Amino acid sequence: MEKIPILKMGPFLLVTIQVDLYDRLALNLESDLIRMVNKMGSRGVLIDISAVNIVDSFMGRILGNIASMSKILDAQTVVVGMQPAVAITLVELGLPLNGVRTALNVEKGMQLLQSMIPPDDGGGDENTEDDTIAD
Amino acid sequence: MALDTIALLQKKKQTILETWIKHQLANDALRDELISNEDGRAQSEELLNAFLDKLRTEARGGSAADDSDHVQDILETVTISRARKGYSPRETGVFIFSFKEAILKALSDEIKNEPVILFEESQKISNKIDVLAIESFETFIKSREEVILRQTDEIAEISTPVIRVWEGILALPIIGTLDSSRTQVVMESLLSQIVETGSEIAILDISGVPAVDSLVAQHLMKTVSATRLMGAECIISGVRPEIAQTIVHLGIDLSGIITKSSLASALKYAFSALRLEVKKISKDVKA
Amino acid sequence: MKIPKMILSLTKDEMQIVREQDVVPFRNRVREYAVRVKMGLVNQTKLITAASELVRNMLNYAKGGKIRIEIVSRGRDNGIRLTFVDSGPGISNIDLAMKDGYSTGKSLGLGLPGAKRLVNEFNIQTEAGKGTTVTIIKWSNG
Repeated sequence: MEKIPILKMGPFLLVTIQVDLYDRLALNLESDLIRMVNKMGSRGVLIDISAVNIVDSFMGRILGNIASMSKILDAQTVVVGMQPAVAITLVELGLPLNGVRTALNVEKGMQLLQSMIPPDDGGGDENTEDDTIAD
Repeated sequence: MALDTIALLQKKKQTILETWIKHQLANDALRDELISNEDGRAQSEELLNAFLDKLRTEARGGSAADDSDHVQDILETVTISRARKGYSPRETGVFIFSFKEAILKALSDEIKNEPVILFEESQKISNKIDVLAIESFETFIKSREEVILRQTDEIAEISTPVIRVWEGILALPIIGTLDSSRTQVVMESLLSQIVETGSEIAILDISGVPAVDSLVAQHLMKTVSATRLMGAECIISGVRPEIAQTIVHLGIDLSGIITKSSLASALKYAFSALRLEVKKISKDVKA
Repeated sequence: MKIPKMILSLTKDEMQIVREQDVVPFRNRVREYAVRVKMGLVNQTKLITAASELVRNMLNYAKGGKIRIEIVSRGRDNGIRLTFVDSGPGISNIDLAMKDGYSTGKSLGLGLPGAKRLVNEFNIQTEAGKGTTVTIIKWSNG
């Protein structure tokens, strides 16, 4: 069963979605991500969708769920890299994507996350090594 | 169509052609500055021949469809080329109707003693040519529409330039009416530039948009939403006082959208959003 | 006299949707056809997103079904027509189902009205207990 890799970047987690998410994969991503947020004490989640061509209401729901779940664990979620065609379609589709902040790319997303987290809060793990969280 | 009527028309072909050309000339329908008189004449002759052939085939019980196509083809070709060259609808109409006149005249000149037959044959010819006239008009209008469409596309391309005003700030002056297809072009253009330049602020200037009704407002809001979804912000500038009035009177809710009356104030807002400041250079700075 | 423009079907293809793993290959197939009629990227995205909504409905409510994919033409325009046929429970109140936000399942209820906004032509035939057929057309120039 394929899993989507989750990278640790300091106090944040980075997920890059590069395959078409079908239902079971998406639900696994939700639970993996939440467990990691909890385990690492992460303060933010960055979801990179720059390789995603289609975002339908199901995918929108997943993104919304991740944002809500993370919020409960005191982590902010930022979705980055949305493709123009996807943005235009989502507006027409009428998908609200509430509670999901967005940024143009990973760099700006990280800046946004930094700004959303109070400065004295360093997060659970201070080191900035990138660890790939294997299964 | 009685075969001898057709034979009669065939015999009088030259006369018909001359009468027809004369009518076209009289009504200024030949437009010799657009096509030469010889070409105009050749086109007329070709149509007349095809028409007579078709009548003959039909009378013999042949499949009308095949020869119909031939007449249609010629008519379509003539009409399209004339539409593109700029013939007016009247001139195109005269082309067909003087054709009918010429044929009917030839008929009435020849069938002098049998009014019933003259009437019947005239009716049949008249109906057939009326059908041709309608087809010709449809083709004419469609060709003109294609010209308009092509020009519209060209205009759309020219009138949505995306300007890099500053690092991280894009400006898009919209000139002309904003309909749904134009909105999609504007959105695509703006959003792809946002991605390419990594700009977080886009200023949509609508001082060149003549009227803003609820539909246009909807299009603007869609553009703003799409920009926000991607992680950037969109400011609307160039809102004229009449437009502000219209928007309120129409009950359009623009809350949540940042609007400025001038591009300058939008720029000022953008600078402060990016934590940039514009300062006058102090006098002490000398070489 | 020229006949008023009817829609002609130029190619026909069919896919069976039985489980969620069938969704992605279906979306890719629609993409292929959309590219064939030279549909622009935004319109492709709209079409495939609408198709995705409808195929999920088919899976969630009717346990699957079949989808016909056709290249169609009307006059000078080319486009893609998708027909979703299922033998599920059908929809008893179409008007309600076509309202944004209405849902009988766990979804956001955006499937039908959302999909309709993304395409040029949308038709739904359904009856409680008799299954549902949804037909959509997206022309290449939008």
